[in-house]
Amino acid sequence: MASAEHTKQGFMLSKTHKAGLLNFLSAQGILVFFLICMFAFSLFSEQFLSQSNIMTVVRQASIIGIIAVGVTVVIIGGNLDLSVGSMLSFSTVLVVDLHDKIGPVGAILVMFALTLMLGAVNGFLVGFMRLNSLIVTLAMLSAIQGLVLIYSGGQNVDIANQSETWFSVFGQGYLMGIAVPVIIFAVLAIIVQVVMSFTGYGRRIFAIGGNPVAAVYSGIRKNWCVFSTYLISAFCVACAALVLGSRVMGSQNNVGQGYELLVLAGIILGGTSLLGGAGSIWKTVIGVLILGFIQNGLLLLGYPYYTQWLVTWVIIILAVWLDLANKRKRLLTRHS
Amino acid sequence: MIDMKRFMSGGAAIQPIWVFVIAITIFFSVMSDYFLSVGNLSNILVQTSTIGLIALGMTYVMINGNIDLSVGATLGLAASLAVGLQEYSLTLAVLVAIATGVALGALNGLLVWKTGVNAFIVTLGAMIGVRGLIFVYTGEQSFYASNFAFSDFGASTIGPIPVLAIIFLLCTLVMHLVLKKTGHGRNTFAVGGNPEAALDAGIRIGRNMMINFMIVGFFAALAGVLLATQMGASTPNLGRDYELWTITAVVLGGTKLTGGFGSITGTLGGVLAIGILRNGMNMMQVPAFYVLVILGVILISVLIIDQKINVKSAKGVTV
Amino acid sequence: MNAEAVTQASGASGRGESPILSLVNITKKFPGVIALNKVSFDVRAGEVHALLGENGAGKSTLMKVLAGKHKPNGGQILLEGEEKVFDTPKRAKKSGIVLIHQEQSLVPEMSVAENIFLGSLPKKWGNRVDWKTLHRDSTEILDRLKCSFSSKDMVSDLSIAKKQMVEIARALVFTPKIVVFDEPTASLTDHEKPVLYDIINTLREQGVGIVYISHRMDEIFHLSQRISVLRDGEYNGTVNTADTNEDEVTKLMIGRSLELDHASKPKDFGENMLELRGLTVDGVFSDVSFNVRKGEIVGMYGLVGAGRSEVAETIFGLRKPSAGEILLDGQVARLHSSHDAVAQGIALVPEDRKDQGLILGMNCRDNMTLAGLETVSSKGFMKSRAEKRVYDKYQQAMKIKTPSWRQKVGNLSGGNQQKIVIGKWLHTHPKLLILDEPTRGIDVGSKAEIHALIKELANTGYAVLVISSEMPEVLGVSNRIIAMYDGKVTAEFDGDAVSEDALVQAITGQYVTGDGAPAERPVA
Repeated sequence: MASAEHTKQGFMLSKTHKAGLLNFLSAQGILVFFLICMFAFSLFSEQFLSQSNIMTVVRQASIIGIIAVGVTVVIIGGNLDLSVGSMLSFSTVLVVDLHDKIGPVGAILVMFALTLMLGAVNGFLVGFMRLNSLIVTLAMLSAIQGLVLIYSGGQNVDIANQSETWFSVFGQGYLMGIAVPVIIFAVLAIIVQVVMSFTGYGRRIFAIGGNPVAAVYSGIRKNWCVFSTYLISAFCVACAALVLGSRVMGSQNNVGQGYELLVLAGIILGGTSLLGGAGSIWKTVIGVLILGFIQNGLLLLGYPYYTQWLVTWVIIILAVWLDLANKRKRLLTRHS
Repeated sequence: MIDMKRFMSGGAAIQPIWVFVIAITIFFSVMSDYFLSVGNLSNILVQTSTIGLIALGMTYVMINGNIDLSVGATLGLAASLAVGLQEYSLTLAVLVAIATGVALGALNGLLVWKTGVNAFIVTLGAMIGVRGLIFVYTGEQSFYASNFAFSDFGASTIGPIPVLAIIFLLCTLVMHLVLKKTGHGRNTFAVGGNPEAALDAGIRIGRNMMINFMIVGFFAALAGVLLATQMGASTPNLGRDYELWTITAVVLGGTKLTGGFGSITGTLGGVLAIGILRNGMNMMQVPAFYVLVILGVILISVLIIDQKINVKSAKGVTV
Repeated sequence: MNAEAVTQASGASGRGESPILSLVNITKKFPGVIALNKVSFDVRAGEVHALLGENGAGKSTLMKVLAGKHKPNGGQILLEGEEKVFDTPKRAKKSGIVLIHQEQSLVPEMSVAENIFLGSLPKKWGNRVDWKTLHRDSTEILDRLKCSFSSKDMVSDLSIAKKQMVEIARALVFTPKIVVFDEPTASLTDHEKPVLYDIINTLREQGVGIVYISHRMDEIFHLSQRISVLRDGEYNGTVNTADTNEDEVTKLMIGRSLELDHASKPKDFGENMLELRGLTVDGVFSDVSFNVRKGEIVGMYGLVGAGRSEVAETIFGLRKPSAGEILLDGQVARLHSSHDAVAQGIALVPEDRKDQGLILGMNCRDNMTLAGLETVSSKGFMKSRAEKRVYDKYQQAMKIKTPSWRQKVGNLSGGNQQKIVIGKWLHTHPKLLILDEPTRGIDVGSKAEIHALIKELANTGYAVLVISSEMPEVLGVSNRIIAMYDGKVTAEFDGDAVSEDALVQAITGQYVTGDGAPAERPVA
C-alpha cells in the first residue's frame, strides 16, 4: 500500500523532472567541476595545460587509475576491496625481487599468478563464504602486509642492472609518443568499460550489486560472479605493480600503503556509489584524473604536495553537497 | 539455538573474544614466566591504551551503523597540537588538542547527519584531509616536548600501575556504563538497530550520531595526547593505520558493521586480544610482522564463526 | 447504491454521536501528483472504522498526515473538537494518535520494555534509564494485552505475532485516543489473528477510536462498525457495516462489481512435468510428494509458515533437500543452484517482489531479460535490439504500463512490477512455472489480469504451480489443490469439487491421520 503510493509519486516525479542546463549540471556535477578546476589552474600557470604537463599528470595518475578500474568493478558488484594497497606492495616487491633471480618473464608470470591467488582468496571469502567484504579485505590488508614483510625480511628490494633489462619498458617506456603506463591504463579502462556496459557478464555484476537476492532468484551464479570481480581487481593490481616496479626498479616493502584509500577517493569523486549496482569506469577515470590534476596544479602553483590532501577533502565534501539536491528529491519520494 | 546465538554474540554469557583472550593468556603464561608479571600486564595495558581509547568511541559509532576512518589522522593532529603548542601553555595545548578532536568529530557527524551520505565516504575524506592539516601545521616536522611534566606524565605510575593504564580502564568503565545505562547509550542502539523506528519514536537520530562522532573524536584526540606523552614527541605520520587497527579490535569484540549490536566489554576483549598477541609474540621473539598475518586470520575466523551461527539460527535461504 | 445514499448512511448512523477525530477536506500534494483531494474522514470513540481502497488510493498517505509524518497542503484535523497541527510524529503521538505499522518498526537487539518506551525511556538524574519504572510500566501494559512474554525478553527472539503485540503495547504508552492499524494481519497466521481481534475489541471497549486499514473483507466485516472508501485520492463514501455487503463495498472501491472466478474443471492433462517424491528439508518440511502435469495449474494452499515457499525454493535449487527427489519430465533432476534450475526450465516468481524479484534500480528492459541473458546476447555481448524486442513482446502481451523501457522498475506500481517479473520468466520459456503469492499487495484490477494470464499460460501447455494464502485465488485458478500444514502435505483436492470448509480443515491440520500421512482424497 505505502509502497504503491510511493512508486506512483516517484513515477510522476521523474516525469516532471526539470529539464535543461540545471539538470545536466546536477547530473554531470563532477565533470563540470573538473573543467572549472582545469580552467582555474590554467589561469595561474601557463604550463598547466601544456601537452607535456598533461601527459605527465596522466602518467602519474595511471597507477592509481589502473587499480581503480578493478576496484570499481568490485564496488559495482556491491562489495569493497581495501586490500589493494597491501597487494600492490606484495606484487611490486615480488616482481622486483624475482627479476634478478629468475629473469623478467618468470618474475612477471609468478607475480601475476600469486596476485591472482590473493584475489582468489578475497573472492572465495566474499563470494563463496559470503563474508562481509569490508572486514575480509581489511583482514587481508593486514595479512598481506605481513606476508610482504615476512617475504622480504623487512628489507627493501631492487633490480641490480637497471640499464640492461627490458623490464623498464612498463614504467618508463613510450609507444608512439605515449607513455606505456598510460597505454596500459587506457586499454584496461576501455576493455573493462566495454565488458561492464555491453556484455551479459557486466549486466550480471550490476544486477548483483543492485539486489543480490533478486539476482540469485534470477538464476545468476552470484558466488562465481563476485569471485570473478576480485580476480579482476587483483589482475589490475598486478598490472599496476608491473608499472610501479618497472618505474622505480626497486620497491619498499610498504610501497602500496594507503593506495586503497586514494583509489577509493578517486572512485568516490567520480561519483560511483559505494552501495553497488551503479557506476562506471569512465566516471572513475575522471575521478582519478581530478586527483592527479589537483595534485599537479597545486605543485605548479608552488604549494607543498600535502595541500592536495586538504583540497581532496574539500572536494569530497563538495561532491557530497552537490549530490544533495538529487538526494533530497529521492528522500522525498522514499518517505512519502 | 537462541541460547547459542546469545552465547556467541555477547549477551549475559561470556563473549567468544574473551574465551580467546583467556586462551592466549594461558598459552603465553606457559611459554614465558615473565608474561603474567604485574610489570608486563601493565605494559600491555599501556601499549593497548592508544588503540583501546579510540576503540571505545568507535564502538559507539559502529553501533550507530556508522564508521570513522579519520581517527588515525585526528590522533596525529591532536598529538602534534599538544606538543607543538606547549611553548605557550601546557594546559592550553592539551585543551586545544582535545577540542580539535571533538570539533573534527562534530564536522564528520554534521556531514553524515545533514547529507545522509555514507559515513565511510565522509570520514575517508576527513582522513585524507586531516592528515593534510597535520602536514600544513607541522611543515612535515616532528615536534619534541619542551615541557618535562608532559613527558613525565606518560611514564608516571600510581603504585605499581601506570597512569595511562588507569585512564584507559576508567574510560572503559564509564563508556560501558553510559552505553548500558543511559538514555544516550540506549538510543545509540535504537538508531543503529532500526533508524526508521527511532525516528518515529522521536529520537533525534542526527543528534545522536553527531554526539557519537564527537565522542570518537574526543577519544582519538585523547589517545593522541597520551601517545605523545609516552613518546615525548609527535611525528606528522603518527596514527597512520590506527583506524584499521581500531576497527579490527572493535569487530573482534563482536560489534556488527550493520549497526544495532555491540558492547564495550567485547571491544575491551578485542583490544586486549591484539595487545596480548603482540606482546606475547614479541616475548617469544617472533618478528612483529607475523602478528599482522595472524590478526588477519583471526579476524576472518571470527567472521566465519559468527556467520555459521547466524545462518543456523536464521534457517533461511542463504544467498 | 449511489453516492448520495452512501453519504446519508454515514449521517444516519451517527445517532447524535460526535466524532472524537475529524479530518476535514485534507489535501496532500506531492510534486506532480495530488495524493489526497479534499478527503474527509471521522472516527468516533469506541468504534472500529475501516478504511478501504485500492493500492494507491491514498489510505496510507491519509494516515501519515494524521500521524504527523506528512504535512497536509490543506484541510483541518480536529481532535475532540479542537483544531490540531501535527508537524512531527512525536506531537501526534503525544496528542493520543498512534499508528501501528505494517512494517515492523522495532529495534531487534533491545528488550521488549525498551522498545515499548523507545524514545521516551523513564530517566533518573544524569540521563540514566530508570529500569525499575521501565519494567514495571511495561509489564503493566503487557498484562493489559494478556501477553505471555516478559518485558525483559529480547525482541529479536520473539515470533512475528509477538513482535506485533509489542508494537501495540507501544501504542498504549500514551493512553491513545486513536489507534490506526495499517494492514495488521498481513504477517499473522490464522491462529494469531483472534488475539489481535481481542485486543482491538478491548481497546474499543475502553473508548478508543480505531482506524482499521485492510484489504481483507472478512476481517473488515468481522471487526468494523463503519467502512469508508477512498478511490484515487478522493473520498468515496461511508457505509454502516451492518447495512452493507462485500459486493457493495467492492463496487465502491473499484467502481464496478468484481466477477467471481469459477474453479476450473479438471480435464485430461499431459504427462508429469514435475514430480516430488518424499521431498524433505530437515526442520522445514518433510515427505512432500505431489505432481504437476503439462497444462495443469496446481494450487498450493496453506498458512504462512506451512512450508509452501520453502518447497518452491527447494524445487528452484535454493535449498538442499535432505531426502527425497525431484523429477522433471520423468528424469531425476540435479538442482544445486538456482542457475541449474533455470537451465532445466524451472521458473520461480518469488513471494517478495521487491527483495527477491526485481532489481529496483534497473530499468524495465534489463529486469525483463535478466534471467535469459544468453538468449539476447551472442558471444557474451548483449544484442540491444534483441533485448528491446523481448521487452516489447511481453510489455504488449501483458499490457505493462510504463512510459518507456528506460523507466526504473522501482517507479512502477505493484501490479506492473509483478508483470515484469512474470515476463522475465516467460522469456526463459520454462517448462514449469512456479508463482509464489503472485497477487500479494496488488490492486484488484491487476489481480484479475494476472489470474487470466496464469490460466492462459496453462492452456498453452505450461505446467503451473501457484502458491497462495488467499482462498479465492486458489479456488479461482487451480485445477487441483495441494493443502499444506506444518511442513506436510495434508490433502489433495480437485479444483471443482472442493468445499471451503474442507480446505480450511486441511490447512489447519485436521485431515492428518494418526501417522502423519495425508488422508485419502476427500473428494466429494
